[in-house]
Amino acid sequence: MIEARGLTKRYGGTLAVDDLSFSVAPGKITGFLGPNGAGKTTTMRLILGLDRPTAGRVTINGKPFDEVEQPMRQVGALLDAKAVHGGRSAYNHLLCVAQSNNLPRRRVDEVLGLVGLTSVARKRAKGFSLGMGQRLGIAAALLGDPQILMFDEPVNGLDPEGILWIRNLMKALAAEGRTIFVSSHLMSEMENTADHLLVIGRGRLIADCTVDEFIAANSQQNVRVRTPQPDQLAKLVAAAGATVRENGDGSMVVSGLDPARVGDLAYENAVRLHELAPVHASLEQAFMELTASSVEFHAGVPEAEQPALAGKVA
Amino acid sequence: MATTTAARPTAGIGLDLLRSAGRVTFAGALRSEFTKIRSVRSTYWALIAMFVVVVGFGALASYGAATHNPGGPGWDPTRQSLAGLYIGQLIIGVLGVLVISSEYSTGMIRTTLTTNPHRGVMIAAKGVVFTVVAFLASLVTAFAAFFLGQALMSSHHLSTTIGSPHVLRAVIGGALFLTACGVLAFGLGLLLRHTAAGIGTMVGLLFVVTILVNFLPMSWQNDIDKWVPALAGGQVWMVQPQPPGSTPMFGPWPSFAVLCGWAALAVVSAVVLFRRRDA
Repeated sequence: MIEARGLTKRYGGTLAVDDLSFSVAPGKITGFLGPNGAGKTTTMRLILGLDRPTAGRVTINGKPFDEVEQPMRQVGALLDAKAVHGGRSAYNHLLCVAQSNNLPRRRVDEVLGLVGLTSVARKRAKGFSLGMGQRLGIAAALLGDPQILMFDEPVNGLDPEGILWIRNLMKALAAEGRTIFVSSHLMSEMENTADHLLVIGRGRLIADCTVDEFIAANSQQNVRVRTPQPDQLAKLVAAAGATVRENGDGSMVVSGLDPARVGDLAYENAVRLHELAPVHASLEQAFMELTASSVEFHAGVPEAEQPALAGKVA
Repeated sequence: MATTTAARPTAGIGLDLLRSAGRVTFAGALRSEFTKIRSVRSTYWALIAMFVVVVGFGALASYGAATHNPGGPGWDPTRQSLAGLYIGQLIIGVLGVLVISSEYSTGMIRTTLTTNPHRGVMIAAKGVVFTVVAFLASLVTAFAAFFLGQALMSSHHLSTTIGSPHVLRAVIGGALFLTACGVLAFGLGLLLRHTAAGIGTMVGLLFVVTILVNFLPMSWQNDIDKWVPALAGGQVWMVQPQPPGSTPMFGPWPSFAVLCGWAALAVVSAVVLFRRRDA
């Protein structure tokens, strides 16, 4: 159980984490979402005691991490793939980490096998690809067979095979009853893996709920309709309080009514329908809507490109 | 024991442990830091370079003295054979900085501190391991330089023996001098957390300051020299007192204590900051 109360971190004039309170429940995958610069990494650094909070506190099973007696038995963390001395072999890297917690040497061989690095164990980490570096970092995190695992943007920069491997590993670890706390700015990743979500923007917590609740609460119900009488249907649904958007392909998207209500309206008014389909809002879309106001650096997407983005989401 | 691990399903990842395993202890931290220092090439390069340069220059200086210098009232064959220590201090200093600054330059520090968040234990272990390794390598180096130098000078009857008064103290003192310079550098590396900045400051403090004080008026030097780290530390590996006319220094051991004081100042301030700072 990770618990933060009023956690705040200020770097000079920048408020990176602003009065965060949350708990990460055991035995689940909790996704930690936010746009780049939202304070995800800072929060993880605060949990792990790398940085000291300006105010508030964060504990692991009731204790600040730097007071935990068996740190690697409690928490395994992968903050970034390159937190390794490149001149040291993978084996020696893991050995020195294991020794610092009095973990037996055989654990090094075990985790090397687990992440598939046995054949390069004696090679210096300098020559490792990003994916191999990621595996080495995960091997170090697993050395102590920890109850809690923390991953900061674990799929960043990985090829599809690497992404799949990490996704399956997280699911397997969660299935063993472990607590997984994983950050990402990729909503689609969370949709596939997370049970619970913590969403932050500009250092503040903006949502703490399940994935389904998050989508339901933060995105409107959309219905795609195709009809030979578009003007008539548009008037009908508008009168019922929905909004209509024309798609370029002759179909239209009705927002604010469920599919049954749209079908009934059409039937009652003798409007023929050729297609009636619910459009499931993705986490991506819900996230965009929620964090639109809390992105630190707006890229300034030109107006003309907005419909294209919206289309991709549906 | 068995019950603690059986409580949880552990497909492939599980760990059968004695109850004591998994705890952070000072002994474990020492083993970890020893693995670190022995598993990177820079340790070997630095120590081999130190040995070759100190012994090599000592041999050159001794051979030169044997063929050119008839000796004299201030003649100190021990000091002559250990002359390479003037360069050796910088090489051990580079290693002292690197031992800690490489944790920061490579990002290893994030793994180190997220797996052992007990910073005091970790940094004490690193300091002890470096100090012991540096002292043993320095001891071998100092004795090798001494015996080779004396062998080269013996044919000209300029040499001394390890049993002569103060000679053993001076040779061991040479090893202690190198070790203290390394520890000072370790403190600077931890304070600055940057390899180039650490090495630059170390060279400045041990080498450049030593040269610069020569340009000050003699009356100032009389007050300053005994406090300059490398000048003070150098007293412990000399058998003869400084020749007449040179600036007054403390005795060998008090002078060495001055160097140790500088090292302690660097290390203590660095450790205090290290325990408080964001990593």
